[in-house]
Amino acid sequence: MSRIPEAFADGPAFVPYLAAGDPDFESSLEYVESLARGGADLIELGLPFSEPIAEGPTIQGAVVRALEGGMTPERFFEFVEALDVDVPLVCMTYYNLIYQYGRRASRGDAERAGGGAASGAVGEPGPEPFVRRAAEVGVDGFVVPDLPAEEADPLREACDEYDRDLVFVVAPTTRGERLERIMERVSGYVYVQARLGVTGARADVSDQTAASLDRLSAWDVPKAVGFGISSGENAREVVTAGADGVIVGSALVDIVAEGVETGAPVEETAARLEAKARELKEGALAGEDVTGSERT
Amino acid sequence: MSSGTFGRYGGQYVPEALMPALEELEDAYERYVLDNEDGFVDEFRERLRDFGGRPTPLQPAEQLSARYDAEVYLKREDLLHGGAHKLNNALGQVLLAKYMGKERIVAETGAGQHGTATAMAAAHLGMPCEVYMGRRDTNRQRPNVFRMRLNGATVTPVDTGRGTLKEAISETMRDWATTVETTHYVIGSVVGPHPFPAMVRDFQSVISEEARGQVRERAGRLPSSVVACAGGGSNTMGAFSAFVPDEGVSLFAVEAGGASLRVDEERGVAPNSASLSTGSEGVLHGARTKLLQDADGQIVESHSVSSGLDYAGVGPELAHLVDEGRVAPVTVDDDAAVEGFHRLSQEEGIIPALETAHAIAWLEDATPEQLGDCVVVCVSGRGDKDLESVVEETAKRDVPNAPDMDVFRGDTR
Ligand SMILES: Cc1ncc(COP(=O)(O)O)c(C=O)c1O
Repeated sequence: MSRIPEAFADGPAFVPYLAAGDPDFESSLEYVESLARGGADLIELGLPFSEPIAEGPTIQGAVVRALEGGMTPERFFEFVEALDVDVPLVCMTYYNLIYQYGRRASRGDAERAGGGAASGAVGEPGPEPFVRRAAEVGVDGFVVPDLPAEEADPLREACDEYDRDLVFVVAPTTRGERLERIMERVSGYVYVQARLGVTGARADVSDQTAASLDRLSAWDVPKAVGFGISSGENAREVVTAGADGVIVGSALVDIVAEGVETGAPVEETAARLEAKARELKEGALAGEDVTGSERT
Repeated sequence: MSSGTFGRYGGQYVPEALMPALEELEDAYERYVLDNEDGFVDEFRERLRDFGGRPTPLQPAEQLSARYDAEVYLKREDLLHGGAHKLNNALGQVLLAKYMGKERIVAETGAGQHGTATAMAAAHLGMPCEVYMGRRDTNRQRPNVFRMRLNGATVTPVDTGRGTLKEAISETMRDWATTVETTHYVIGSVVGPHPFPAMVRDFQSVISEEARGQVRERAGRLPSSVVACAGGGSNTMGAFSAFVPDEGVSLFAVEAGGASLRVDEERGVAPNSASLSTGSEGVLHGARTKLLQDADGQIVESHSVSSGLDYAGVGPELAHLVDEGRVAPVTVDDDAAVEGFHRLSQEEGIIPALETAHAIAWLEDATPEQLGDCVVVCVSGRGDKDLESVVEETAKRDVPNAPDMDVFRGDTR
């Protein structure tokens, strides 16, 4: 079973993102664990892809470092296994890695028991082997920024088979039939993109956020807002606007990047991440104090 | 559920923010391009004629005909305004953007030919234009950088990765995801999410529509084969599409074999750009297609002496036609391409783009059975942009048919 509902069960959730393996396997484990200590309710772990078209320069940088540090899909699963945290985990990656894992995995695994209904002939690409392996190591769900609802049925089926969640992004431009298509397929939470563009920390919170949340008010899945949130104050505003969760990536990756640039010891960067996590979590909670009574 | 597929290839794999723009574009494509609403197609044809210089000639190539003992015809897209087939598509898309009420154009470019064509079309139609180009390609193709700027476009170098077309496409998608409400992305080849591959093919198919009529008029018959170079595949699809139903016509897509056809998995490099010949199915830049990738699905860096072919993917329709056996993919390596460049320059008085030189070079490798007795070769572009590269690349290797390049080296320094 996916543990994602637990993250949203009591109060607004703080959902940090880091690229797994940035800048190397061991330090990255420390960094992710420090986020959990700082109050993360759910962690989005990036599995780096060479063409991250939805990411701005900050996360692109993280992806390059992690790839140079040797991160691969198989290492990613080892990373999740090695991780000592007690919160749900979501794998954020691009479709080609999910799709290709099938080709690779089915070579050796064909005779292993329970090949899975969705797996094709040996060597066929497809999402089922990736989801199976992710479920084995304890990944609860997936966000795939280049997989719109129209193309997502094979992955949705694999997620259903292993009781995993599939999170979709709703953008400021998403309207009408597209919203319905997403609503039919989404589970876990919906990722509300706060502004147009690519990922990257910003100083302000867009007023597109409130409009987007409005459009989703009837959905019975938690709404987590991301893209550009960088401070406790931003987090508070987003929750006040009605979000059930706050997703923060670039502002945290910036701390990792600074650590790499200045050659800071891992413990020092981890401590800064923990402090930043605490600030963001507290911001989210402060937002709830204002709106808590009227939230459903 | 997914739309715009060619067999198992194609589709729409883009961030959610872009999906509404693709729906809007699909709608505009159907109304204006397919149904000629508001006379779009008439205006497009008229501008291709008056501004672009269409129709381009189909030239009998006497020296090549003697050399290969077949009637060889050259479809002269190098004589199109801007010096390459790219204008067909750029003009079509910028005009469409105008019909859609968009205010700004973005584009990516590898060889600079697509960027140049887009900058020209945007200036012609009065639209502001920004072109992303890999840093390495800005150095390889400086004349085109100047031309884009002269036409009023902003050229933005991209420093990520190896600084070639792949990175430029990713960066343009990022720009588009930010500005999608007012901006149209003029994609440069038959790649990307639906409806781009079909739409770009339609804009480019004027090449084969003309060539088919011209060869029947000249030779009184259909050709036995059509040969065109394939980067993303727009010139190939343009040169092939009217011939696809003619089962008796063989279609050869010439890919860049680069330095070697093997992938160096250790370094994550394919020293070639032969995704049809050596790639495997995957998802990149909005479409499922044949790609150069490692076993994990990471996209590997491609290589070609010609920046316009230097791309790890290829159009989904072309991938499908290859699977169906309708199009035969073949390769030509860097050395042979440089030789082909010098051959066409000397034998026919046409200095071709290094991309085109791949198609010319393959005539040397082709068997008489493959070519048959009547061959159409698409001269996708002219070589002015490549003169500096050719001086350098010729000096690097032993090219038997090259003039003494030291003479030129002094001139370019
Ligand atoms: C002259 C010329 N030919 C061919 C190409 C390859 O692109 P495509 O395969 O899309 O025609 C380019 C690309 O820049 C080009 O400039």
